[in-house]
Amino acid sequence: MSLSLTVSIAKSLLMARFKQTMVAAVGVTFSITMFIGLLSFMSGLNDLLDGLILNRTPHIRLYNEVQPSKIQPIDRFKEFSHSHNFVNSVKPKSSKVEIYNYGAIYQALKKDTRVLGISPKIACQVFYNVGASDLSGNINGIDVEAENKLFSFSEYVVAGNLIDLKNTSNSIILGKGVAEKMLANIGDVIQVTTSKGELVQLKVVGFFQSGLKDLDNVQSYASIETTQKLLGVSKSYITDIQIKLNDMTLAPAIAKEYREIFEVQALDIQTANSQFETGSFVRTLISYTVGITLLIVAGFGIYNILNMMIYDKMDSIAILKATGFSGKDVNRIFITIALSIGFIGGFFGLVFGFTMSALIDQIPFNTEALPTIKTYPINYNPNFYIIGGIFSLITTYFAGYFPSRKASKIDPVIIIRGK
Amino acid sequence: MKNKILEAKKIVKYFHDPMTIKVLNDIEFSINQGEFISIIGRSGCGKSTLLYILSTMDTDYEGELIIDGVSMSGKKEGDLAKVRNEKIGFVFQFHYLLNEFNVLKNVMLPGLKLGKFSAKEVEHRAYEKLRMLGIENEALKLPNQLSGGQKQRVAIARSLINDPLIIMGDEPTGNLDKKNSEIVFDIFQQLAIEFNQSLLIVTHDNEFAAKTNRIIEMEDGKIIRM
Repeated sequence: MSLSLTVSIAKSLLMARFKQTMVAAVGVTFSITMFIGLLSFMSGLNDLLDGLILNRTPHIRLYNEVQPSKIQPIDRFKEFSHSHNFVNSVKPKSSKVEIYNYGAIYQALKKDTRVLGISPKIACQVFYNVGASDLSGNINGIDVEAENKLFSFSEYVVAGNLIDLKNTSNSIILGKGVAEKMLANIGDVIQVTTSKGELVQLKVVGFFQSGLKDLDNVQSYASIETTQKLLGVSKSYITDIQIKLNDMTLAPAIAKEYREIFEVQALDIQTANSQFETGSFVRTLISYTVGITLLIVAGFGIYNILNMMIYDKMDSIAILKATGFSGKDVNRIFITIALSIGFIGGFFGLVFGFTMSALIDQIPFNTEALPTIKTYPINYNPNFYIIGGIFSLITTYFAGYFPSRKASKIDPVIIIRGK
Repeated sequence: MKNKILEAKKIVKYFHDPMTIKVLNDIEFSINQGEFISIIGRSGCGKSTLLYILSTMDTDYEGELIIDGVSMSGKKEGDLAKVRNEKIGFVFQFHYLLNEFNVLKNVMLPGLKLGKFSAKEVEHRAYEKLRMLGIENEALKLPNQLSGGQKQRVAIARSLINDPLIIMGDEPTGNLDKKNSEIVFDIFQQLAIEFNQSLLIVTHDNEFAAKTNRIIEMEDGKIIRM
């Protein structure tokens, strides 16, 4: 049977029950709208929260840690290799947190094509001196340009200029929390005490705010050179190498490789932040579940309306079959009805879903914790629209499947003789 | 020798509900091209049941049905629908027009389903049939705007649209008054004489039956006269 005939019969049956059809389509529209709105908002929020941590976290961090040796002298004795040994009170051997042979490692990483960028760092414990009291904190020595390129550092510098950190010697960018406690302004000179007891004066060139209050209360940034001076160490002293990869998913494997080659600790982002991925996953799962539940409810609406329509149009179906329409044709007509409800409802749902996301995107959302965010976050991922569209068709197809099968099985003899 | 268009061979049919009853017993007859036949008998003698078997709508029977030289045994539902579409025109006691479509579209539907002609040609042919039955002026009205007699004539036009081998009628005049019954009979008569159309009509109306070429009388599931 030609498609146009199927469509024209389906259309006239739809028109005959226009109001109910509308209700069914509005049900689909509503659920798709909510599906799109919910997912866009949830996933926008997810990206925001993940971004808070993940954007600022290196994919792999190379560092040295003070820890007890895994191999104790007794393990090297062949005679005891089949025995158990117990060593009490194992202490870490005295070792530095500096990465040995930094220059060679840096060159090797630069040649690795999987690496997107490298940013060295020095972690340094200090006390900020405010009058008579000392606030504990730490200063990160960073390569200003690399840090900005890899971790968008300038986005978090809320006052002052990031590049001054590089151009002005003995300068510091204070955490917002630290600055408030010290009542420091840009251009002021503050005093810190290093862990070796030396007093150093640093010029404030900016403030930064990460959104994580605990961090802003202790953390400050200085250039690598300044930090090396603070610590009184040589130019090759580096405690951390932060690496960003082209493909984040390879991080665990590459971290393992580096651990063996460079004989340092290597922490990959997946291991360091597994809780964030779990959180994102659960939030996404909830949004999908709610969206799909809404669609299934809409599907039941369509099922009901088609059932009613079939009951109503029993005579018409019987005569169509008597005049030569096969069960398959009748089935196709009702599936067409269901799918057009799904298609029209779904289409408007996508449009309204987009509108709703765009509206949410305009709602102001100002919070101290998130300096870069001005409105509610929305993720306009086209995948949501594709999934929503496909799902509206799939649910309506299944909602139409059983009523259509029932219609196709109607025995014209029973209807016609029953009169 | 005349052309056999439909042949029933030893058709037996049971009703199983509420208990097994033999409703048709060894029905055997054939219809030639151009014959105008009526089936008469008391209520419950199985004449309608027989008609639905002959029309291929009822497939639950024993025996063999041959239409246009092809056996209907073992054919699938889709194929039988095709046979009905192409070779059998049906007129029921009730008109069964689709209220969502106008008269013209109602007549056209089986033609569009057959797909032998383009939509335009089917429309032209539908107009021809309506004109023949004297209702071409009603073509664009909806069925519920027509009188009972007119509706039945639309139903006849619908049955003719694919130039069927045979027209089957199940009490086509049962719902009509005397005047309209006569009009419908005259149409059938005209089809049989002018167009050599074969017709098989189940009726209660002995007067109607008397005017047909051949009468098949049934009693208790058997043919007693033909």
